[in-house]
Amino acid sequence: VENVRLLDRLSSRKSALGTLYLTATHVIFVENDSETHKETWILHSQISSIEKQATTATGCPLLIRCKNFQVIQLVIPQERDCHDVYISLIRLARPVKYEELYCFSFNPKLDKEEREQGWKLVDLNKEYNRMGIPNNYWQISDVNRDYGVCDSYPTEVYVPKSATAHIIVGSSKFRSRRRFPALSYYCKDNNASICRSSQPLSGFSARCLEDEQMLQAIRKANPGSDFIYVVDTRPKLNAMANRAAGKGYENEDNYSNIKFQFIGIENIHVMRNSLQKMLEVCELKSPSMSDFLWGLENSGWLKHIKAIMDAGIFIAKAVAEEGVSVLVHCSDGWDRTAQVCSVASLLLDPHYRTMKGFMVLIEKDWVSFGHKFNHRYGNLDGDPKEISPVIDQFIECVWQLMEQFPCAFEFNERFLIHIQHHIYSCQFGNFLCNSQKERRELRVQERTYSLWAHLWKNRADYLNPLYRAEQSQTQGTLHPQMASCNFLYKFWSGMYNRFEKGLHPRQSVTDYLMAVKEESQQLEEELEVLGERLANLQKSQLNDSKVKSKQQDRSKQLGLSTSNNSLANTPQEYSNDLKSFPSRSPSQGDEEDSALILTQDNLKSSDPDLSANSDQESGVEDLSCRSPSGGGCLPSEDSGKDSDEAVFLAV
Amino acid sequence: MLRSSQPLTGPNRRRCREDELLLATVLDEDERGFIIDTRSAQAAKQARMSGGGTESKSFYPQWRRLHRPLERGRPLQESFIKLVEACNDSSISMDRWLSRLDGSRWLSHVKAALSTACLAAQCLDREKASVLVHGAEGTDTTLLVTALAQLILDPSCRTLLGFQGLLQREWIEAGHPFHLRCARSAYSHARLKQEAPLFLLFLDCVWQLSRQFPFSLEFSEQLLLTLFDSAYASAYGTFLCNSEKERCLCKVKESTHSLWAWLNQPGEKKKYLNPLYTHNPLVIWPSVEPQSIQLWQGLFFRWIRSSQYLDEAWAEIQHLVESS
Repeated sequence: VENVRLLDRLSSRKSALGTLYLTATHVIFVENDSETHKETWILHSQISSIEKQATTATGCPLLIRCKNFQVIQLVIPQERDCHDVYISLIRLARPVKYEELYCFSFNPKLDKEEREQGWKLVDLNKEYNRMGIPNNYWQISDVNRDYGVCDSYPTEVYVPKSATAHIIVGSSKFRSRRRFPALSYYCKDNNASICRSSQPLSGFSARCLEDEQMLQAIRKANPGSDFIYVVDTRPKLNAMANRAAGKGYENEDNYSNIKFQFIGIENIHVMRNSLQKMLEVCELKSPSMSDFLWGLENSGWLKHIKAIMDAGIFIAKAVAEEGVSVLVHCSDGWDRTAQVCSVASLLLDPHYRTMKGFMVLIEKDWVSFGHKFNHRYGNLDGDPKEISPVIDQFIECVWQLMEQFPCAFEFNERFLIHIQHHIYSCQFGNFLCNSQKERRELRVQERTYSLWAHLWKNRADYLNPLYRAEQSQTQGTLHPQMASCNFLYKFWSGMYNRFEKGLHPRQSVTDYLMAVKEESQQLEEELEVLGERLANLQKSQLNDSKVKSKQQDRSKQLGLSTSNNSLANTPQEYSNDLKSFPSRSPSQGDEEDSALILTQDNLKSSDPDLSANSDQESGVEDLSCRSPSGGGCLPSEDSGKDSDEAVFLAV
Repeated sequence: MLRSSQPLTGPNRRRCREDELLLATVLDEDERGFIIDTRSAQAAKQARMSGGGTESKSFYPQWRRLHRPLERGRPLQESFIKLVEACNDSSISMDRWLSRLDGSRWLSHVKAALSTACLAAQCLDREKASVLVHGAEGTDTTLLVTALAQLILDPSCRTLLGFQGLLQREWIEAGHPFHLRCARSAYSHARLKQEAPLFLLFLDCVWQLSRQFPFSLEFSEQLLLTLFDSAYASAYGTFLCNSEKERCLCKVKESTHSLWAWLNQPGEKKKYLNPLYTHNPLVIWPSVEPQSIQLWQGLFFRWIRSSQYLDEAWAEIQHLVESS
């Protein structure tokens, strides 16, 4: 469709005219501007909702809201065209079969072996080995090898040594969805563990010997403590209501040596509404500070984030400080349980704060334990009541922690944002379906590619320059001060206002520091090489070795972030009063700067997956600030080979 | 950019030819200028009853008046006190924290101050028009606006020395009554009539700029914290008294040492430099959207939570930049 306008949310004056294309996998808007031809690509899987608004004099507005919080407002001149686009998008955004998803047609041009290697990058068996299992207390069990015991669990589960197959099966019959207690994390320093399950089918008075034995087995697997905590992450009221439906929670009288605890995280419906309300606040035009703060508080979003974090802190403390094992569950053990177990693991074990470790964490507590990705994130058209931002909340908890502990994580904010993006994009097969069983039936690993391999290949973009493995922040357990501090929770504008460039600092400190770090490392390596050469030259007894020192202008080399162009920004609309006065600035003024902003897209701070053809690599190799310092900076090595001059770099 | 206090128009709409002439000399014949009045239109009108007022259009035809009410005086002090109370109250649940924060209105004041400064900067940079800023006395919100506008527009004000010069010029010599304004701070029960945290509001706005433009200010948060402290109590005479006249009478220059002299010593200076600084010749336009304005944790939670991890991060940044 031609002559479509793309409106800018913040500045109603700015709009771009272009052509709208609909393909099998994307919506693409290409600007007419002959210089830039800027393209905006949106994957159909990312579309959360489409709203046709009232026709105005300029045309028919169409509002597209995405799952990654991008909001696109288009104005289509003809009502008929608008309607056609609307209907098409509705269908395209609601696939019925998995095969319609992008991951089944995405082609990164890798061969079969590379695809396989990509899937093997994250290996859960290795992970449990790293934890120290199998050992005297824990072992791997194949009781679920054909998904016969629990179809939402993986084939390989880790259980206490004293939990026989009989106990496991018996316990599974007493647990909602058969999700029996299984190991999530084991702390080899003190044998405390985090186990997870779903709620027991206890109703008001039912008991199950095997389930009680299962919990005893968990307790016995930790000789350092004579009790375990059982943490129910639901609000007490909800848990009690479940009893009326024949489910419920563990009675301390029946289960010997447990200490029971409610932690009160709300359910998926509350969370869905909370996000909805927060996004409405984000869509306000020119909100006042009050509008924003009230809106944010009213949504309850940060309160929920804090609740999840507090639960993780409680569990981490129990394991690290008290040396007590914890069994965590909610209702079905695949939402709040996953959030809380993974937050606790992150706090406890520095390995999960590395890039690889984080991928492993998600594979472990989310993918393998049957978090319902399809239902929660709408891979396929389904029940809207199942949709809920569960993993988004976990990812935000990680970001909040990164803000508190800037040196503790090997990865940066961009890593988190891209993971969230791809959970919804269905460009890779990791987050399809609702369980390992379904994914295997669909042969996902043979027919799609792994996100982890893709991220790993581009890991240079995702590194945190402040991360140093030996620093205090990265040793052992993180002790957030957050348990009581409300004010430490910030609104994550990098995620929820991700596409509003005007809101974010124009220069990325992370990128600058990464460039500095790389530069230093390269120079150090070169220094070493030159040092060796000098030693060799000296050995061959040259008398008049001139030492040339070259003063490098660091700021010039670390070009992009300090060059003028990338710093140029435009004032937002501070006032309407100036409009009626004749403007004396060159009429080019705003446009010039906007053009600078648009074309100057520092590829790292924008999202390569969106603005570029998705079949390409997320191109960052062409950024000057990341290119190795060569050419003009160092004297050519070859010419120095036979010369009298030993060349040094000034440090 | 000019600053002044309010014209003494009074209830009888007095005129003053000299004042009109003075303003007229600033502009060429066909040029227009802006007057940014930091009072609301209503407050400015009411000021006439007590002898003050505004520049009337008929007498100052080349000047267009814009009203941008900025909070000052007692209400600003109350705002500050409420915020500090909220920060120190460990009993607030997460449900209530944001509304308490909003109830203090502090962040709204930061937003308003930045917006007005940006407006002034826009007049100069985009409209290429002269600007006159005044409130009532010309010693509070006026200085807030002119000083911030200069930071936004002029890269030389963003250097360590340039910033000190800006403070000396736009706050100290311009006659901000530090002694009256920075007396007891937020904890005192004595609600002094003349006390108001304008200077803190300014420092908060500067901090917002440093967050949005991490490479563009030569000085660090530590400088801002030190300045905040010094305005209330200091071993140095720089912030003493209420005006140059008082400082002269009290022989401040003869009997005290200058804060700037101490700060600029090579050993001290290091603490106040921003390791990420590179000269940015352009105008820096901050975003004043609510999402872009954050609570200055380094100041308001300074004694409440440990800054250990953030300090480590800055040390690492320093290390990375120095070793390059």
